[in-house]
Order: sequence, then structure tokens, then C-alpha cells
Amino acid sequence: MIKLFSLKQQKAEEEKAAAEGKTKASAGQIRMQKDLSELTLGKGVELEFHMGADNLMEFKVHVMPDDGMYKGGRFTFDFKVSPSYPHEPPKVLCETTVYHPNIDMEGHVCLNILREDWKPVLTINSVIYGLTFLMLEPNADDPLNKEAATMLEQNRKQFEQIVRRTLRGGQMKVGAQTYSFASLVRD
Amino acid sequence: MDEGQRFQDVNRLLVRTGPLANNGNYGSIFPEHVPFEPSADILPFLRTAAQILVVGAGGLGCELLKDLALLGFGQIEVIDMDTIDVSNLNRQFLFRSKDVGRSKSQVAAEFVMRRVQGVKVTAHFCKIQDMDASFYRKFQIIVLGLDSIEARRWINSMVCSLVTYEAGPDGALTPDLSSVIPMIDGGTEGLKGHARVIFPRVSACFECTLDLFPPQVAVPLCTIAETPRNAAHCVLYAHLIQRDRDFPDSPRPDNDDPEYQQWVYLKAAERAAAFGISGVTLTQTQGVMKNIIPAIASTNAIISAMCAAEAFKIVTNCSAYLNNNAMYMGGEGLYTPTFCYERNPTCVACSTARVELAVSPGETLHALIERMVDDARLRFKAPSIRAEGGLRGDTLYMRGPLEAATRANLELPMRELVRDGASLIVTDPALPVNTTVIVRFSS
Ligand SMILES: [Zn+2]
Repeated sequence: MIKLFSLKQQKAEEEKAAAEGKTKASAGQIRMQKDLSELTLGKGVELEFHMGADNLMEFKVHVMPDDGMYKGGRFTFDFKVSPSYPHEPPKVLCETTVYHPNIDMEGHVCLNILREDWKPVLTINSVIYGLTFLMLEPNADDPLNKEAATMLEQNRKQFEQIVRRTLRGGQMKVGAQTYSFASLVRD
Repeated sequence: MDEGQRFQDVNRLLVRTGPLANNGNYGSIFPEHVPFEPSADILPFLRTAAQILVVGAGGLGCELLKDLALLGFGQIEVIDMDTIDVSNLNRQFLFRSKDVGRSKSQVAAEFVMRRVQGVKVTAHFCKIQDMDASFYRKFQIIVLGLDSIEARRWINSMVCSLVTYEAGPDGALTPDLSSVIPMIDGGTEGLKGHARVIFPRVSACFECTLDLFPPQVAVPLCTIAETPRNAAHCVLYAHLIQRDRDFPDSPRPDNDDPEYQQWVYLKAAERAAAFGISGVTLTQTQGVMKNIIPAIASTNAIISAMCAAEAFKIVTNCSAYLNNNAMYMGGEGLYTPTFCYERNPTCVACSTARVELAVSPGETLHALIERMVDDARLRFKAPSIRAEGGLRGDTLYMRGPLEAATRANLELPMRELVRDGASLIVTDPALPVNTTVIVRFSS
């Protein structure tokens, strides 16, 4: 190996001149380039790169359900993707205050593929699809907002009415705290 | 102790051959096996010329530095961003209580230089990401003593990117073996560990086998929120949910912040009491928050010794070396199998194709993309392109939601977008992995 190594040293000297940027694309970044360029956004989903087109790792996803009790709303999810992606799932937080059994009042989202069922073969597309589905079909089985889940289970009609009311804006007490809801629909 | 005396035994392995020496029929992954040639020049080479980098100066790093210095490596560098914590002192034996708060790499370097005279250990107190290709390229061999998958992936992708290619007579590019820096990865987890030899772009790299490290099994957020079953669930509740609820407008504190750890501990203890769960303590809280795996000094010693011996064998070629992974399973009985990991043909770090393309500086990005689609070597259908260190930003052109934002670049000449020699990272829906296209400006 000594021959090999001395040869290498010589080459290294020669290559020193070669200009090289300090930044290096991480494997996670390359995977995001692929994920994002191959995204098939359905109707009612928009992406916003608020940090500019150079930062693929932080963006917002706006979900606008065209059906279900959240119809007419515009719900913004903040995505933060670590360099370890897709070994780690993206971190997703709902920025729009919403009364939803699977989203708590601080915006934590209970979506199985964001935690226990995440697999590296899943993509950003899968997560957006999951969020869209969550806004169409809230479910009482995995509650993060216990109060909302209980009501959805016991009195779906009343739950729907409350959701519609919160979508028109105003304030409501959830648990011990009062939350302000943005006015998203007029009807 | 005099140097000749100190390395007398090591030198015996280097100045004469024997039945166990590497005779070139086993252990060498290079196409042309290089048999061991005993020589009196090898020890001086090891002492003065061979540059070795130790990544991490923690549990494994302390052992590695000691082992490598005693094996005759005379030019060692060590990189670590951490400072010494009092909890390190039970196994990171190069540190004393007076060193608490100081840089691990600096203290470790000073200790080894004091203890093994004639060895030069250069310390770098920084993140691995703070160093660039010109730093990593100067080493003959790199040994990893890391505890995070993320850091391993980063350095793996760095060493893979250092490999240069030579064009064969048929124009096909093959790795230039003189640019391949062997990397040895050690890892421990309680009573288990592994030592592994990686020849970037020649044998299986860390990214090739990433699936072997399953993602951390995350507890469902709803379980944490509604039905905690153990002490860890209570800590995670305070850490992941309650903090945001109680302090919605303040940024998340650092996991290492002792004040924050104390807060999480108190809230977790309250919750544990409410659910009749026992076992929440401050140490347990810190362990859950920082995802700490118990570190065992003897496992570190065993794994580091394996890694150091492999580094010595590879650099001197004195004996057949590990091909390419050894497991140490000390948890139930003792079992140390070795086996060979295969390369993953779709690995994003080491299997990506590299193609050089002559580009006229005035050619537009649009024209270049069309030419790439027509190029039989590339097989692109709808490429998206980014460039490290692009002149107007890294994202040159993306399909999908960023198409509108990057479309204007299509009409720009390449000289306004990248420098000569730039690496374009191209992804395409038709191909499972990305391709690196190196731009060579022609006049
Ligand atoms: Zn690989």
C-alpha cells in the first residue's frame, strides 16, 4: 500500500488548486430534490418555499379541503426536514389553529407515518397525502385533542357545527385555555 | 522510552514476512492484489508520513488514540466538537476532573503526546461539517468513533465525494484507487458493537446499508398525550407537548440546557404521579431527552482495538484485513461473526454515476438540459438540477412546485450559473439515484 499512498499524496498536492465549495449537498438534500421534483400535488394543496428556492428543507404546505367539515378552510403545515431525511421523518407542525381530534391546539399532528410508521421509502408526497386525508376524515381513534375526539365520537353533528363555527373565526375555550381562530370561511 | 525499543515488536511485523502476512490472495479488495513487501521503510512511513484522522474523541476516540499511538502511527489528527462532561470520566480515560469543560479533542491530544513521546496529535475542536474536502483529502485513512448515524452519513458522503474517476479506453469512468480513502467505522451500544472497513465507492459504504439501522422507533404522539404507559412516555409528554403548550411563543430550548432538563423532569414527575407511574428521575429524564444508550468501557476497548488493528493492517498491508464487517455481540453469551456487506446499486452516496460534460460557457441551461436528455450515457427524461456553490444559488432548475421559481434560469448562459468544474446534482424520475454531471467549460 505504501506505493499507493505516496502516489496519492502527490495527487492531493496537484488537486489542491481545484476550487471547491465548502457546502456539500447531504444525502437528505439530494433525496429532497428528487421528492420535490416528482411531487404530484392534488387539487387543494399548495407549497410555499418561504426561505427561497435554495432551501429545500424548510417549506409550508397549505391544505384546502374541497369536501368534509373542514371544506373552505386553508390550513398551513410547517415542514422541517433534517439532513438525516429519509432516515428520519420530516417534522410537521400545523400553524393554523384548528379544532381537530388529531391535531392539538399547539399544532402537533398525530399522523402515524410521521412517527411510528415512518419508513424511508415514504416520501414528502405520502406525508402531504396523509395530511390531506386527515383534513377530510378526522378520526377519533388516535386523539391528540381528547375533547374534540370525544365529541366527534358521541355527537358528530354537534362536532361538525363547532368546527364550522371555528372556521368562521372568533374565540373558543378548549380545555383550560381560550384560543383565537382565524376567519377562514364565510357562510 | 526510546522509539526503537517502543516499536520493536510492531516492527517485527513489518520487516519480515510470514505465513500470516498478507500475500495478496485474501483481504485485498483491489482488483490487482498487492502482496505484502516487508521493508525497513514501513515503520518510518508510519511514524512520519501516514496521516490518520480519528473522528470523535469520546469513549471510542480515547481508546483509538491510545491504540494508534502505541501501534506506531506518528501523525494523528482528531476532531470533536464536544467538551468534557463530568459523566464522561468513568470511561473516557484520557480526561481528569480538572479537564471538565475543556475540549475533548484538545485534552486527548495533549495527553497522548505527553504519554507517547514522538507522536504528534493535532486537535480540531469543531464540527466535522466545519471542515471541507481539502481537509479530509489529506488523510491516508480515517477512523470513526462516533455515536450518531447522522455524523456517520455526513462523513461517509464526504469521503465518497473525494473519489475521483479515470476514464478507461471505452470512455467508462472507474474510481481512481489512489483517491479512495479507506474508512474504518467503530460503534458500540451497551454490550454490542461493530467494526467495519469501508473503501468508498469500491466496497459497501455506510449509506449502502443504512437500512440496518432502523429509524428510532418513535412512540405515537397520541399514546404520549393520552395513555402513557411508562416513565419515558411522561418525559416525552413534557418535552414534546407540554412545553409548547406552556410556552407557545418561546423557541424550544436546547436539550442540553440544565434548566430546561430540570423543568422537563419536574413536569414529567407530576404526570407520572397522576398516572401512577414510577421511575422518573433527573438522570432518566436526561437519558430520554438525549436518547442516550448506555456506554460500557470494555465494549469501547474491544471495538477500538479491532478498528486500530485494521487501520494498521491496511496502511502497512502486513496482514489480511477485515472483509468487511465484524460484529461483537456480548449481550447474550459472546458471539463475534464477520461477514461482507454488499454494495447497494442504488446507494445515493457511492453508486451515483459521474459523467463529465464539455459545456460552452455561453450555452443556456435550457440547451444543456436538452443535450443531457439526448445523451445516451445519461438516459434523462425530465431532469431537475442543483449545483453545490451555484453562482446565483444552488437550485438551478426544478420540476414540480419549484418550477415557476426556477424557470427564469433556463435562458441564462451556464457561465452565469456555475463555475468551471462545478458538480451538477441531477435527479430524474426515470432514475432511482441521482447523477453527478461535472461541467467542463470549453472555449
Ligand atoms: Zn454506498
